Amino acid sequence: MSGAHGSTVLRIFIPGDSQIHRLSPETKLVAVVAAVIVMAVTPRQEVVAFALYAVGAWSVIALSGIGVRTYLKRLAVIIPFILFAVIVPFLSGGESVQVVGVSLSVDGLWATWNILVKAGLGATMSIALSATTPVAELLHGMTRLRVPRLLVAIIAFMLRYIDVLVEQLGRMRRSMVARGHDPRWLWQIKPIASSAGALFVRSYERGERVHQAMLARGYSGVMPVVNDRHASTREWLSVMAYPFMFAVVLVVVV
Amino acid sequence: MPASSVVVRDLRFRYPGEHHDALHGLSIEVAEGERVAVLGPNGSGKTTFVMHLNGLLAMQSGEIRIGDLPVVEDNLREVRRVVGAVFQDADDQLFMSTVREDVAFGPANLGISGSELDELVERTLKRVGADGYADRNPHHLSGGEKRRVAIATVLSMDPHVLILDEPTSGLDPAGRRELIDLLSGLAQTQLIVTHDLPLALQLCARSVIVSGGKVVADAPTVELLSDVELLAQHRLELPMGFDPSRL
Amino acid sequence: MHAPDGFLQPSVALVTAILSIGVLALGLRHAGRELGDRQVPLAGVAAAFIFAAQMVNFPVAAGTTGHLLGGALAAVLLGPWVGMLVVSVVVIVQALLFADGGLTALGYNTLNMAIVTAFGGWAAFLLVRKIMPRTSGGVIGAGALAAGVSVVLSAAAFSIEWLFGASAPVAFDTVFGAMVGVHVLIGVGEAVLTGLVLSAVMASRPDLVIGASYLTSEELAVRSRVGMRPFLIGSVFAAVVVGVVISQFAASSPDGLERVAIDNGFAESATDHAFGSSLFSDYATAGVSNESLSLAVAGVAGIAVTLLVGGGVLSASRSVRRRQMV
Repeated sequence: MSGAHGSTVLRIFIPGDSQIHRLSPETKLVAVVAAVIVMAVTPRQEVVAFALYAVGAWSVIALSGIGVRTYLKRLAVIIPFILFAVIVPFLSGGESVQVVGVSLSVDGLWATWNILVKAGLGATMSIALSATTPVAELLHGMTRLRVPRLLVAIIAFMLRYIDVLVEQLGRMRRSMVARGHDPRWLWQIKPIASSAGALFVRSYERGERVHQAMLARGYSGVMPVVNDRHASTREWLSVMAYPFMFAVVLVVVV
Repeated sequence: MPASSVVVRDLRFRYPGEHHDALHGLSIEVAEGERVAVLGPNGSGKTTFVMHLNGLLAMQSGEIRIGDLPVVEDNLREVRRVVGAVFQDADDQLFMSTVREDVAFGPANLGISGSELDELVERTLKRVGADGYADRNPHHLSGGEKRRVAIATVLSMDPHVLILDEPTSGLDPAGRRELIDLLSGLAQTQLIVTHDLPLALQLCARSVIVSGGKVVADAPTVELLSDVELLAQHRLELPMGFDPSRL
Repeated sequence: MHAPDGFLQPSVALVTAILSIGVLALGLRHAGRELGDRQVPLAGVAAAFIFAAQMVNFPVAAGTTGHLLGGALAAVLLGPWVGMLVVSVVVIVQALLFADGGLTALGYNTLNMAIVTAFGGWAAFLLVRKIMPRTSGGVIGAGALAAGVSVVLSAAAFSIEWLFGASAPVAFDTVFGAMVGVHVLIGVGEAVLTGLVLSAVMASRPDLVIGASYLTSEELAVRSRVGMRPFLIGSVFAAVVVGVVISQFAASSPDGLERVAIDNGFAESATDHAFGSSLFSDYATAGVSNESLSLAVAGVAGIAVTLLVGGGVLSASRSVRRRQMV
């Protein structure tokens, strides 16, 4: 995850004017989820299908213009699972092959490939979605897709306040460092944990103040719908062509 | 532009579990369109008092009227429309993901929607000098911008009375001046809770000092600020070298 | 533990997704009843807190660091329903915006990291609280232990899902041994961090800690101080004991990994796995010499997780009703 400095949430969206950026958020969200599902249910030995999916996923990244560096940096979240995937052939049994004198399970190697390709492609498509859609728009898209408004509102408040809290945490941390605190061992962590506790108290109190600010503006427990623009049928059709191509690949190749 | 008078009589309030009154028979009358500064030391009950004006704290004893409207449980919806509260920390007030949604939150709760709402948001943002900010994330605004947008979030509800809690705290000099220009151009009745005594002098002809849960002084601001002894009694201080009589 | 897409079979992804959506819907209802119209701002800001707290790096030893997971902490601070809701929101946002955890893996990620940790942690908290003194120190100690347990439960839950939907030919008891073993260690860290964070909150605003609401104000005032070192030594000791017990399970079939007769070749289509007739994934059981042992371990672990999580859900529902009556 990102470091404790600066904005975490607002940097997810990378401004741009690409075709991908211009798509409405709800169509993009549904298309990505559908494509990832098709990809995830594809049998692992269908290498051709995965190659075509990769072309599909990488074209979106290329079209969006978010840059290879940013893409790879974000892809790094799957590294722990790459590590897991790499040890699988050593743990597995069955028919084995000799690679540079080491016996590896063939089935295990397929499993490694399966985890790597699905994790990589899935993350690629998530990245394409979140990097080209402003957070607020994504939330509107979820509302239009009938995700419970309560849940969307909670997510929206969380995203609004993450950066505020991270900054508070950063200030507490700096004040500790400024007074010579540089913990290296587990038994020196009390000050950090105390700051996390203090952060909870401040967060809770912030939540109560925000609640009052909401009441003061006529809140009665229901979040008002501010933005109710809907995507056109034409847009739906053109965007859904994307996961549809994935599905065609699955049907044709398998 | 509508404005309402504010009448508060013998307001008493005690927080649960506390052993003394936070408000101890506070009374004040503010005329339509008047701007009054509410001064006083920390813990004097200023914030507790103003939180009663739009019913955020339920009254325990006393009476409050906003124009003809008594502040009681049954009227809370209407009271909160006519009394706009601008909180001390703008991050508490700007809780939505974009400035547009924040300014629209109040009027949308009142049932305004569609193009009428869009126009209202644009108009209100222009009024506070924040046109073009609609799609920005509140977190990205400067302190002064946040404060002006926070004011827009209540102006969009067309309130008759504005309550401002420490409106200048954390602002740079230019941001403070812009805020003063904005507030002096608004016709609403205003109650401004502040430690910024020069601000009180610039904006409000009249000031009150709240101390120990009641109003202990109520006079023209120049007079109050010239009474060094009275100020000292209530832990109030003018900036070094500031002479209210010379303004 | 944010598993990526395709890590478990689609059938497990689907079943856990349905389960998680159901629990989440219940959670929204319960949290709404507990918090009223404060639900949106409080749950939202609390989720931001858990997210931020997970970003804090704690030193472990000589420059290595770890971080809080927060499921049990959220349950003890906010109550199990709100806590579960809050951590679920964090997991969803991590998948949606940070590509941390796959979109099709959201079902089991939410189940393991939010539902099992919050309700399992809450049940463990209630159990431990019974034998702890009625003081704020007792709440902190029970919270810390529950946090450690919640992490191990989460690992056990994952292993059981592996039994039904393994994506690699690694046997259940290998996965179980490795996952639970590693998570016993992580659990020690989680216990220490949770205990310290709880104690900081208890020191300034004990009224905010739902898990401490059963204490009277006199009992809260008793602050027995536990030193950092005894606390650490105690946790490590507990971890070693648990670790030894679990490794006995895994070690009892040492040659299981080598002597494998895979009766289903790799050429077999994975669609078979997805919609196959066998209840258990062929992988998770086929790799073991002693299949009944594997199933026994799975059974015991399954019962333990179900009991604790189910107990947590039940007592959570009950405590809500009690709070409403007051």
